[in-house]
Amino acid sequence: MKIDDLLKQTSGWLKGTGPHSEIVFSSRVRLARNVDKVLFPGWANKEQQEQALAIVEPAVKDIKQIQQGGLHMRMEDFSAVDKQLLVERHLVSRDHITKNEGRAVAVSGDETLAIMLNEEDHLRIQVLLPGFALNECWEQIEKIDSSLEKKLNFAFSGKWGYLTACPTNTGTGMRASVMLHLPALVLTKQINRVIQAIVKLGLTVRGLFGEGTEAAGNFFQISNQVSLGRSEDEIVDNIRRIINQVIEYEQNARQVLTTKNKSSLEDQVWRSYGILKNAHIISSSETIELLSNMRLGIDVGLLQGLTREVANELFILTQPAHLQKLEKKTLTTHQRDMKRAQLIRDKIK
Amino acid sequence: MKCQVCAKKTASVHLTEIINDQMTELHLCEQCAKEKGIAGLGQPFGLQDLLAGLVDFGTPISEEKKVALQCPNCKMTYEDFRKIGRLGCSQCYDTFKESLEPLLKKVHGSVQHLGKGPASDGEGLETRKALQDLYLKLQKAIQSEAFEEAAKIRDKIKKMEQGSL
Ligand SMILES: [Zn+2]
Ligand SMILES: [Zn+2]
Repeated sequence: MKIDDLLKQTSGWLKGTGPHSEIVFSSRVRLARNVDKVLFPGWANKEQQEQALAIVEPAVKDIKQIQQGGLHMRMEDFSAVDKQLLVERHLVSRDHITKNEGRAVAVSGDETLAIMLNEEDHLRIQVLLPGFALNECWEQIEKIDSSLEKKLNFAFSGKWGYLTACPTNTGTGMRASVMLHLPALVLTKQINRVIQAIVKLGLTVRGLFGEGTEAAGNFFQISNQVSLGRSEDEIVDNIRRIINQVIEYEQNARQVLTTKNKSSLEDQVWRSYGILKNAHIISSSETIELLSNMRLGIDVGLLQGLTREVANELFILTQPAHLQKLEKKTLTTHQRDMKRAQLIRDKIK
Repeated sequence: MKCQVCAKKTASVHLTEIINDQMTELHLCEQCAKEKGIAGLGQPFGLQDLLAGLVDFGTPISEEKKVALQCPNCKMTYEDFRKIGRLGCSQCYDTFKESLEPLLKKVHGSVQHLGKGPASDGEGLETRKALQDLYLKLQKAIQSEAFEEAAKIRDKIKKMEQGSL
């Protein structure tokens, strides 16, 4: 697979399928792993980073999903826009594209497996699946981890578990997260209370789009904070239990909206759909807000004939690097706003 | 009060953060706060940003001894670790273990790994399983206020841990 092939497909995790996909966008588990005694990327010089890469790269290339129809490349071999594309598709972190040297990425053909080489740790492995599927994520990533450990001498202590560059990841090296679409909790002004409760239970809440804590498009990413002193199953179970509650709250709030506030909900959904369908110039932030309303409309059955997959895909396709790759040239902000509007009109006509 | 990051200048930025249900106070000088990007108060910052300031938290060893510490494998000094809040290599965990123990406890609320380990680590796996059992027993003993029993289990754990690290 080549980088341009990514544009021709919908990422496996965007399909809008899987349990509770009306609320849960996707589930992800990532593991941090390092090779024993080899300097962590952040403390290593160029030469030492290359050495680390020389050790982990062959093992990563050997993974079946990477070898067969996957993508493996050094970061220095990507153009700037291609690197941005990888970020927009959630395949690498923002941090991973800030430096080129000694860094690489590997992605499976369906994009559900992605591995960053020499980010903060030697390996950052992620499995990303559509819907509420944390157990499946863990099962899949566990197999990959086990195949890697046969070839690599991972840094591990019986007491502290997997040893990572940052002590916040020590232990399991695991971060499990779920991306939730919670428009009804936002509309009914219950979201802050829900977030406070989640944080009290030891989980972290972030916005999915946009920077910092601002949650554009009513998307929230919830993940575990503690990685040491609990087994992977416990971490997954704990998040699962809490998320199940949040799903229930969102369902109830949607119920209230569709019964007691039906006309204003309908107005909001149809207006958003109308603008998306007819706009000729549209910014990225307006797009995310309106797409969120459109997705809610699809999810509560107001907008029929539109699929969740199309809505999900538009969140990604309308971002700057995607628009420029589709147009095959650099675009100014204004040109992007026009191209974005055109793309949306084509997709939802 | 001295800054918890550089340990040189006077702390003028004071923060409180709730980590694991516990209030943690952080005192930084203006410059270190700026470097950590937390000078503009009210801005959100994550646990990882605070880490450098937490390195010194509850460390039982003296300042002179700490400053003399350096990882023989990657040459990271205690000063480096305190400044960056990240380790240089896996051996740093052994080099800075006296500081890491309270730090890990603070961040995770626990200092015993209970998850997966490399399958090749056969002997380690046995020890870990035995340790996990002991930790569970300890918890039960404390809950049922069997303190003598708990003390015995604690001694056993200590012995095992010294062997496994
Ligand atoms: Zn300072
Ligand atoms: Zn070291």
